[in-house]
Amino acid sequence: MLKKLRLTLLVVALCSAQANAELVIDVQGVAQPTPVAIVPFGWQGSTPSAPLDVAQVITDDLRRSGRFAPLAERDMLQKPTDGADVDFQDWGFVGVEAVVVGSLVQTGANAYTLEFHLFDVFGRRELVGYRMPASRGTMRGAAHRAADMIYEKLTGIKGVFGTKVAYVSAEEQANGLLYSLTVADQDGENEHKIMESTDPIMSPAWSPDSRQLAYVSFEGNKSSIFIQTLRSGNRYQISNRPGINGAPSFSPDGRKLVVTLGGVDGNLDIFVLDITSRQTRQLTTHRAIDTEGTWSPDGRYIYFTSDRSGGPQVYRILANGGTPERVTFEGSYNARPRLSPDGTRLAMVHNDRGNYRIAVMNLERKDLLVLSTGRQDESPSFAPNSDILIYATRQGRDGVLETVSADGLIRQKMASGRGDVREPVWSPFPRF
Amino acid sequence: MAQIKLFTCVALAALLVGCSSSPSIDDPEPTDTVYGEGATTDGTGNDSMSGGEDVTSKNEDLQTIIYFAFDSSEVRPQDQDLIARHAMQISNDSSYRVRLEGHADERGSREYNIGLGERRSQAVRQLLLIQGVRASQVATVSFGEERPVAHGSSESDYAQNRRVEITYTN
Repeated sequence: MLKKLRLTLLVVALCSAQANAELVIDVQGVAQPTPVAIVPFGWQGSTPSAPLDVAQVITDDLRRSGRFAPLAERDMLQKPTDGADVDFQDWGFVGVEAVVVGSLVQTGANAYTLEFHLFDVFGRRELVGYRMPASRGTMRGAAHRAADMIYEKLTGIKGVFGTKVAYVSAEEQANGLLYSLTVADQDGENEHKIMESTDPIMSPAWSPDSRQLAYVSFEGNKSSIFIQTLRSGNRYQISNRPGINGAPSFSPDGRKLVVTLGGVDGNLDIFVLDITSRQTRQLTTHRAIDTEGTWSPDGRYIYFTSDRSGGPQVYRILANGGTPERVTFEGSYNARPRLSPDGTRLAMVHNDRGNYRIAVMNLERKDLLVLSTGRQDESPSFAPNSDILIYATRQGRDGVLETVSADGLIRQKMASGRGDVREPVWSPFPRF
Repeated sequence: MAQIKLFTCVALAALLVGCSSSPSIDDPEPTDTVYGEGATTDGTGNDSMSGGEDVTSKNEDLQTIIYFAFDSSEVRPQDQDLIARHAMQISNDSSYRVRLEGHADERGSREYNIGLGERRSQAVRQLLLIQGVRASQVATVSFGEERPVAHGSSESDYAQNRRVEITYTN
């Protein structure tokens, strides 16, 4: 009898800090970025320098969005930290349209106040001013929130700098691949491995409250679905039926998962699994591969991939059952549907003249826009503001992450320092 | 990995010597050892393909990997005989258990590729079942594109990754 599962499994609690970020972000190609200035923040506290360069965090966020060109510090004619000291004429002279000033003040051993003001240079008025409390642990998050407010004021689009991404990576080790599931800030900082295994990990999916991730693990050479709470690191197995247990995705109310089950005969169908009662309800019964289910934001439909017509195409079915209806017709391969949170667009993996690329379909006009340029792009996921997508592409042998604006104009690479990175999923907006 | 390769070759050679002109497929001893090693190689057993092939053709059931054409789950004619030999061996000993691991190449969507890998393992399973293997002796799993043996992106890498691995689990 030889039964070697060789299961090496390590669940790391999210609270364990990890200092250096693995993702390095490289912005590419921008149309007409707006010139802005984020002046270095003032600092009052018990140490000579501030625990965080808040202005740098905001500057990086705005630059990476592709919509802004922050002024270099050496080109600033003045460096006010108080709104009253902003000289609009000077800023107009160096050509910036908006100025951010602010300060960080220590109020206790681990208590700080972050304050910022955003000014319209041409209108000579303040657009937004905000003060928020922070600790050393929450300071970076507070700076991202400030960037979100500035971004929304200037573009009219909700910022996503305070959100997170989860992704899977695989690193070659002496005796095979080591798979990890990681959660990081959307800029790649503040990264935490939440799960590691010598068996594959797949298909992470955020709960709507962004407190949990569902994912597929092949521990023991068998696929099963887990739900893990990020803060505690605790997890439990939610589906371990015979055969395939795959492709989990939360319902908008967080009470159910849509999953793919295969059974002993291996016929993949879409099921809805009630998280509390663990009862399943079968939605599709076709002999074809039906998989990659995802809810529409209003909860009415489940979109999924099926090859019932030959190659894979996207279909949808009413979430409480009905007759599937084909959604995609353009091209021979359309798979892994994901809806924009505003419900207007459908992202998918699309075969574009032999290349697997990310495409977005406007659900009203039905036109398809190819957004990526790789040969092997996969796993599109919308940011919660519906304006940006993240996906995996190839760079040499390894997978890396890229983001692209939903209009295809602004693309950025997030190069990974280690391993083959794939299956990025963007978190919902955090709840404060 | 080199060690495993070497071990496999030695095991194959031992089997060749051990079995006389009419190799006995009823004797599970040597084959069990070979398959057992295969089960712990993280799917890299395929590396011994070139070295093992002509030896395999003279032996019973030593090849444990079945390859598939692009976008296909059809067992090729040249592999039917191999599967028949596995079927005979498994059905002759009710203590045997096998796991059929389906794999796909990296192209396209990951969960859909889980489906393609499962289709391949089911195709092999059906062939085993109609040749007398009990359903309780066979488990299937699909790893999709998650456990490639060839890490490149050439057609030959893809061809090596589209496979079903037959693993004896006892």
